[in-house]
Formats: sequence, structure tokens, C-alpha cells
Amino acid sequence: MVKYSIFTIARNALTGHQNWPKQWRSPEPKPEYDVIIIGGGGHGLATAYYLAKEHGVRNIAVLEKGWLGGGNTARNTTIVRSNYLWDESAAIYEKSLQLWEGLSQDINYNVMLSQRGVLNLAHSLGDVREGVRRVNANRLNGVDAEWLDAEGVKNFCPIINISKSARHPVLGATLQRRGGVARHDSVAWGYARAADALGVDIIQNCEVTGIKREGGKVTGVETTRGDIAAKKIGVVAAGHSSVIAEMAGIRLPITSHPLQALVSEPIKPVIDCVVMSGAVHVYVSQSDKGELVMGAGIDSFNSYAQRGSFHVIEHQLGACLELFPIFSRVRMMRTWGGIVDTCPDASPILSRTPVDGLYFNCGWGTGGFKATPGSGWCFAHTLAKEEPHPLNAPFSLSRFESGALIDEHGAAGVAH
Amino acid sequence: MLNIDCPWCGKRHETEFHYGGEAHIARPEDPAKLEDTEWAEFLFMRTNTKGYFAERWLHSHGCRRWFNVIRNTVTHDIVGSYKMGEKPPKLPKRTGDAK
Repeated sequence: MVKYSIFTIARNALTGHQNWPKQWRSPEPKPEYDVIIIGGGGHGLATAYYLAKEHGVRNIAVLEKGWLGGGNTARNTTIVRSNYLWDESAAIYEKSLQLWEGLSQDINYNVMLSQRGVLNLAHSLGDVREGVRRVNANRLNGVDAEWLDAEGVKNFCPIINISKSARHPVLGATLQRRGGVARHDSVAWGYARAADALGVDIIQNCEVTGIKREGGKVTGVETTRGDIAAKKIGVVAAGHSSVIAEMAGIRLPITSHPLQALVSEPIKPVIDCVVMSGAVHVYVSQSDKGELVMGAGIDSFNSYAQRGSFHVIEHQLGACLELFPIFSRVRMMRTWGGIVDTCPDASPILSRTPVDGLYFNCGWGTGGFKATPGSGWCFAHTLAKEEPHPLNAPFSLSRFESGALIDEHGAAGVAH
Repeated sequence: MLNIDCPWCGKRHETEFHYGGEAHIARPEDPAKLEDTEWAEFLFMRTNTKGYFAERWLHSHGCRRWFNVIRNTVTHDIVGSYKMGEKPPKLPKRTGDAK
């Protein structure tokens, strides 16, 4: 792997940037791997990278049915934060945020993490109490959090409307200053390049069509590019988790829904933080290109179609304009949808399964992007040691039998 | 936006309805005898079908009645709707991406 630095840029400038090597290989699948990761999004690539780097596993393949980071990794609104309510969630998301903070150096790839601060607005007395409670819970868990009153919100984000006559007035907000945004494509590409350098085979256009088992243990996968044997399989297939689970005869508590996002035409810098509101259902930030990036809640119905209904977008833009009347003449440029794997308690599943050697990392639902490094790090440990790391032990599939759910609807809610 | 055929009121916009998830999940007949795994199955585990899917809808801004719809979760095509307690209509032969 060519190390990226100012010197390599200078050297390549001399040859007109014609000689940059490919960032990763496109190998033919080998007949057998120690570990196969199904799903070449951020989480799957991060899993492969940490398996190789932290646990010395080198014979790994990542199988992707489309192209790298072409699913939810490239469809989210790139928000990164760790201010979750419960101890279990705070621990895993905070681990993730700490990995984010060193990620560009670690994988020698600029993921453009911008810790510009994330506001979660409160619009009612109930919201205020919940927000203050979450700030206190975050601080007890070592996660940075502040409570701002309405004036404080206005100071932090001057274009916001804090009029008392608004239908849902802004009464305050939680602020996580270490939260922000990152460049989503870079995360997939950076992890892919770093994993490839450690010998991981990244195989695109390779859809898994079956999970081969013998005596309750996995032996490999059937794919559109032939059968591949494997000792262990890690499934990181987001919206298609249930489809893969069915191949192995496993039931998951997951439903797949469209989650839509949109961007405006590019405008001059106008908002330098991330604003989210679970109550009026919208979140907004501004990309480096100047587009306003917005998202809201899922479409209610089950779908695998990567598109949703227009009324959901209409609803979120209504909310957006109440918060930011200044955006009323901005034109929207593009909308799209991704298929999110929602879990009943709005928390993920990183777990062993009843099938030996088969592991699932799914259920991140609407908020998986921020967790990419931590999710990969924990899942790599789970695959390597064949048991969960303490950080992801609470996120087992068996919690739906024991009842030890981790209800993060408040912190996940609409705010991703 | 989906156009959903309410068995009582006819075709209306999706915004008049609320979604109820997977249909035909029968409530356990003797809840006191259920094991934890059976509770998990009833409460949480879902088929999450890719393809033709039987689901419940509530006509909240209309007749306020629940009913079932067969819809393709890949194409969003609605095959038909039927009242609670009725048998689902026959699925079309062309299954598309049905799993």
C-alpha cells in the first residue's frame, strides 16, 4: 500500500497524477477462507480491517453483492455522536467515537471527521426533562454533554428560530461538542484500502445465495460466483439481514424499512453544526459542498425498495422550515432512500447465533453510520474469540428471550 | 405514495392509514404455558419477507378498521386487500424478487 502523505502527493504531481496505484485489489475468490464477511459496507469492511489488524486473522474475504459502500454507508446523513442514554449504548457508541477521533491516522485515509457539535432540540417540557436526564446520564458515562437553554441554542446556531409563538417552540437542547459529521464514502474506501493492505480479499459483485451447514455448523457460502468454504461467517448485511438469516434457518426480530434523506442545492456556509429534532422530525447539517443534508424518520411500511413515500419528505421539510424559516426559498436537489434494519428496542444485535460459526451484526436501524468503527471493532473481537467483547455482550440475540432489552428509542428516535 | 384499497372505503392515499406490520401472527392461546423462546417468537421475531408480504393496515382517517393487504416489498405493488379473519387472496404467479 502506498502511504498517502504530502510527499506522495508531490511525487504524483510531477507525473500529472497518472500513476496513483489502485486503492485495493479485485481478486478472484479463493476456494476457502478462515472468515467470510457478508456485506461490504462500512461495518463489514471495518470488521475485516480490525480482524486483520487486532487479531492477526489474514485469510478473510468480504463478499459484497453490489459495490463497496453502495448501500446505507453512502445513503446516510453522516452524523457521528455518542450521546445515548443507557450505559450499554453509551459504552459502545463512545468506543466508536474514540475510534473515529483517530481513524484518519489509523487507516491513513482522510475520513474528514468534523467535530462541529450536535444539537438535539427539546420542544416540550417532557423533551426538556428527557434531554437534561440524558445529559446527566452521558456525563456519568464519561460522554461529553451539555444542556443549553433556548438562548444558548440561538447562540450556538444563530439561524434557528426560537420564537415562543412557534407551534413547537425550541425550549433548549442537548449539545455534544465532540459529535459532528464525517465523509461517508471515505469510511468505506479507507477501511477497504487498509483491510486490503493487510491481505483481506474484497470481492464485489458477489451475492450470497445460500449458507452451507453441516451438523449445525457453517461450512461455507453459495454465491453468484461459485461456492466458497469458510470456518466462520460474519453477516453484516443491514437491510438484508433477514434474507441471509432465512438461508440459515434463523429468525431475527428485524424489520426492513426505507429511510429517506435529501440534499438541497449548494449554498454558502450557513449552518456550522448539526441540528436534530426528534419532536418535529428533522435533522440538518451542511456538507462541505454547501448542500443542506437532511433526513427524518423511516417510512412506516416494510420495504426492500430503497425508496419511500413523498409525504414523509413533505413532513420533514415542514418541520425544517419551522426551525429554519431562512431555508424557505432553497430548492431541494436530490432525494434517495436506504433500507434500514430496525430492531424492536432501537439497539443493534452483535451476536452469536444458534448456528455454530455464524455471527450476525445487524439491527443498527437508522443510526448505524456513527457506529461504524466501534461496530467493526467489537464484531471482529466476537468473530476472533468466538465470544462477544464486554462492549457488545449486552447486544446479543438472546436478549429478546431474556427480556433484557436496551430501549434507545429516546436517543435513537428520529435523531440519527 | 401508496394507494391502498380499504375493503370498506375503497382506494385511498397512504396518508389516511397507519401501518400494523406483519399479518397473521396469532396471539398465543394459552399464554401462561409459553416458554421464553415462544414469547420471543410471538413478540419480536418477524418474517420480514422480501417479496409478496401479508401486512396489516388501519384506516385511521376513514372507517378506523383494521384489514390486511398483500404487497410486494420490492416493487411496492399491491395485489389486494381483505378483511380481518378472511383468507389471503392467491398470490400472483410472477413472484419477481419474492424470496
